[in-house]
Amino acid sequence: MDATLLSPRRIFQRALARLGQGLDGPLLAITALLVVIGLAALYSASNETTGRINAQLVNLAVALGAMWVMAQIPPQTLMRLAVPAYVLCLALLVAVALFGDIVNGARRWLHVGVTRIQPSEAMKLALPLMLAWYFQRNESMLRLRDFAIAAVLLALPVLLIARQPDLGTAVLVGAVGFYVIFFAGIGWKILAGLGILGLASLAPLWGMLHDYQRRRVLTLLDPAQDPLGAGYHTIQSTIAVGSGGITGKGWLAGTQTHLEFVPERHTDFIFAVYSEEFGLIGNLVLLGVYLALIARGLLIAANAPTFFARLLAAAITLMFFTYAFVNMGMVSGILPVVGVPLPFISYGGTALVTLFMGIGILLSVHRHRKLVQT
Amino acid sequence: MRGIEIRDHERELHNFQLRVGFASFVVLLAFALLAARFFYLQVVQHATYASKAEDNRIAIVPIAPNRGLILDRNGVVLARNFSAYTLEIFPAKVKDPERTIGELSELVGIQAKDRARFRKLLAETRNAESLPIRTRLSDEEVARFAANRFRFPGVEIKARLFRQYPHGELASHLIGYIGRINTRDQEKLAKLGVEANYRGTDFIGKSGLEASYQQELHGSTGFEQVEIDAAGRGIRTLARTPAQAGNNVTLTVDIKLQQIAETAFGARRGALVAIEPSSGGVLAFVSKPGFDPNLFVDGIDPQSWAELNSSPDRPLNNRAIAGLYPPGSTFKPFMAMAALETGKRHFKSAINDPGYFEFGGRRFRDSKAGGHGYVDLHKSIVVSSDTFYYQLANDMGIDAIAGFIGRFGFGSKSGIDLEGEAVGVLPSPEWKQRRFASPEQKKWYAGETISIGIGQGYNAYTPMQLALAMATLAANGDMYRPRLVSHIDNLRTGERRHIEPVLQQRLALKPENVEFVKRAMADVNKEGTGARSFGSAQYTSGGKTGTAQVIGIKQGEKYDENKINERHRDHSLFIVFAPLQAPRIALMVIVENGGFGARAAAPIARTVLDYYLLGKVPGVLPGPLPADEDDKEGD
Repeated sequence: MDATLLSPRRIFQRALARLGQGLDGPLLAITALLVVIGLAALYSASNETTGRINAQLVNLAVALGAMWVMAQIPPQTLMRLAVPAYVLCLALLVAVALFGDIVNGARRWLHVGVTRIQPSEAMKLALPLMLAWYFQRNESMLRLRDFAIAAVLLALPVLLIARQPDLGTAVLVGAVGFYVIFFAGIGWKILAGLGILGLASLAPLWGMLHDYQRRRVLTLLDPAQDPLGAGYHTIQSTIAVGSGGITGKGWLAGTQTHLEFVPERHTDFIFAVYSEEFGLIGNLVLLGVYLALIARGLLIAANAPTFFARLLAAAITLMFFTYAFVNMGMVSGILPVVGVPLPFISYGGTALVTLFMGIGILLSVHRHRKLVQT
Repeated sequence: MRGIEIRDHERELHNFQLRVGFASFVVLLAFALLAARFFYLQVVQHATYASKAEDNRIAIVPIAPNRGLILDRNGVVLARNFSAYTLEIFPAKVKDPERTIGELSELVGIQAKDRARFRKLLAETRNAESLPIRTRLSDEEVARFAANRFRFPGVEIKARLFRQYPHGELASHLIGYIGRINTRDQEKLAKLGVEANYRGTDFIGKSGLEASYQQELHGSTGFEQVEIDAAGRGIRTLARTPAQAGNNVTLTVDIKLQQIAETAFGARRGALVAIEPSSGGVLAFVSKPGFDPNLFVDGIDPQSWAELNSSPDRPLNNRAIAGLYPPGSTFKPFMAMAALETGKRHFKSAINDPGYFEFGGRRFRDSKAGGHGYVDLHKSIVVSSDTFYYQLANDMGIDAIAGFIGRFGFGSKSGIDLEGEAVGVLPSPEWKQRRFASPEQKKWYAGETISIGIGQGYNAYTPMQLALAMATLAANGDMYRPRLVSHIDNLRTGERRHIEPVLQQRLALKPENVEFVKRAMADVNKEGTGARSFGSAQYTSGGKTGTAQVIGIKQGEKYDENKINERHRDHSLFIVFAPLQAPRIALMVIVENGGFGARAAAPIARTVLDYYLLGKVPGVLPGPLPADEDDKEGD
């Protein structure tokens, strides 16, 4: 063989080509765009220091690795993993409830040897896997009973997570599970009935909330009521967004951010940073990018060969939507403050890994779209 | 069949696509809602929000409340606050702190220990707004920095309140100290759900009363709305919700009594606890050596910290509640009570003491060679006969001993309002089961019971437990929870909350038995081992000396104080209550490596009682009494 063929550069190029083989270009490009926007906002939020940027780059490297691994697993294999993954996550959630570490008043973490894990995070993918597997198994004849069973499979983890308490994650897990049930074809009438039932159950649910959660909801209705406590987040982030105007104050020039008025500006409230500095135009661009992500995801779902893959891809795509909508809604003051990060943009490794694994599943579904159904 | 399946499949796909369409519609609707909200905020309301952000940069600045004072029972201030200027660095705004510090040191004095402390604080505290590089600036230094302020963005002078302990080392283990809130404290505050109230607070009680009464002393945080300029510096105050100072905590402790007790120790190590038997109020609480709590206030510098930590005297160890010592012969009155109450002995029970007790071929020696001869129960306490109690322990058995003695609070926390209390060891077969791993060690041997009777063996208790047991006996079996605080004052409302005595339990002791033991203890001080210290006292009292072995002495070997390393010398103990009728004080003293109980500990007790009961202030420090032959008779 010719020696020049084996030059390091060629090997690297080949390896890169093989790594990316069969992966969906548009989806990767959209995700990359979001990551770049996120790093820019994070740099501004960190007062132009690079400590958090470096940490986030490490997080990204890990997340990309996780994405690549998921992209290599064909949907058929994912199906086989669905039940064990769900059962394991559920068992871990029970373990958290029993022996978990309390951080900031919530019991979310579990010690495993040297490290700590947050099983509620993994449930965001394990639950749609499980439900999609269940519906695929009973594909030909979906009855009301199947939807009832699916509802139980959904309710168990959601209640366990809400009890920790972690309202943000409970909302996301509940939403992604609901999306699977919705796409599986639950009747419209039942859906409407459930909606009414949901509204009726608001009162008892209110009783189950923790004091600080109630305060957050009340504060949404009137943030001025508690300007120093729970309302502070909303008031300051709304000022940041509103003062951004049409064109924004310019990158690194947001006063709300740089004078440290915006709380949690690296994580859940990073959108306030972005919005202050890039204004309405920036916001609409960001909405556009998210729309593109959702459109691409739904397209991948629609072209998927199996019921399982369709349900999974569509539910995960809508989960991205839920992340984005809840986060931007909360920062702009139309939704209560719950711990939901802005997808692909907020600082933090755990959420990033979950999100990229979701992208990995979409890539896998896309890659195996041409498989003949048997 | 196949046809139906395919039709089903097509219908299903159609259904799915329909739902994707519906979902897309919902997504568009939701994003349109967001876009509308953004339009409303950023276009319609832009002017309002822009002015809020630009013209009125209002910072909400928390105002830390003044920490409550700690006062002794007569109102003497033990912990107070003073205001001083500090030079503080905002780590988030300073890119190269080391260089900034270097430049600052040309204006104000910054020593190596200031730098070291700053580095330590930087590493320990998370999310800290600002950290002090220098505290207590002089007016001249303040002026010099103010003139150069423009050169140092991210460095500011702040007026801060500092904690001060005017009595220095005195009662340091009791009062404790405050320190900067670290990550662990933050987690604790989060667990209590009070982080919001600590927003402006930098310090928190770390030990002693400062820690256990933290919530009372802290007060509630106020807020100030401040207009700030583009660099984030305050221009003027717009509105203010004042902070509410913490509550003042008044102790049951008499600091004068405490001082006399501590002075009586001199340079010796040990502990002393004095309790009012009728209420559980602690009158004096000594752990020697102490430390200067003022060192901790601005964050202790690493060198002082290392010195305190590595000293063989272990000055940071609160011996009164965390030091564990064998009680030695101070255990005997309680053993005598146990013997009477369980019926194992009666008032007239007597033995002939040959100077040893033989068990299983082993001789347990009495501290008096040749023994005390004829010894009844009364004499066994007065002369402190070991042989009597060896035999008693053997007759009672370990279960009966542990069962009865435990009721006096031995081997359980006293419940005093301080953190870090040790449990101690009330030896029993169950305790050994729990404590040891190998089956060999888990087993209780009958021979081990014997030295338990004279307060040796596995026995290990805190001075607080011994003082509480003494107070309980003095109060005829009424055990009040020991407490340090008499009342708490809310300065704002003028409300005073008295801490009521808590009767923890009432030991059903036969009055004639209590009377018998108390009479024997009175004779200890009149004619027995305590007589040299208390024989001349102008009040009645009951006491018991004790000597606790630090190292084991081999059989046939003789303990010679002069030949033994000072740190291996016996501990000297003394328990006492006075007066005999309606006791007003019960007290326990231990002098580490002080030798015989009668020699080192009893004189300290006498000094303290003389002051408490007669108001007598000692002219000369009570040093240890010279050794003489009497010592060898009993401990």
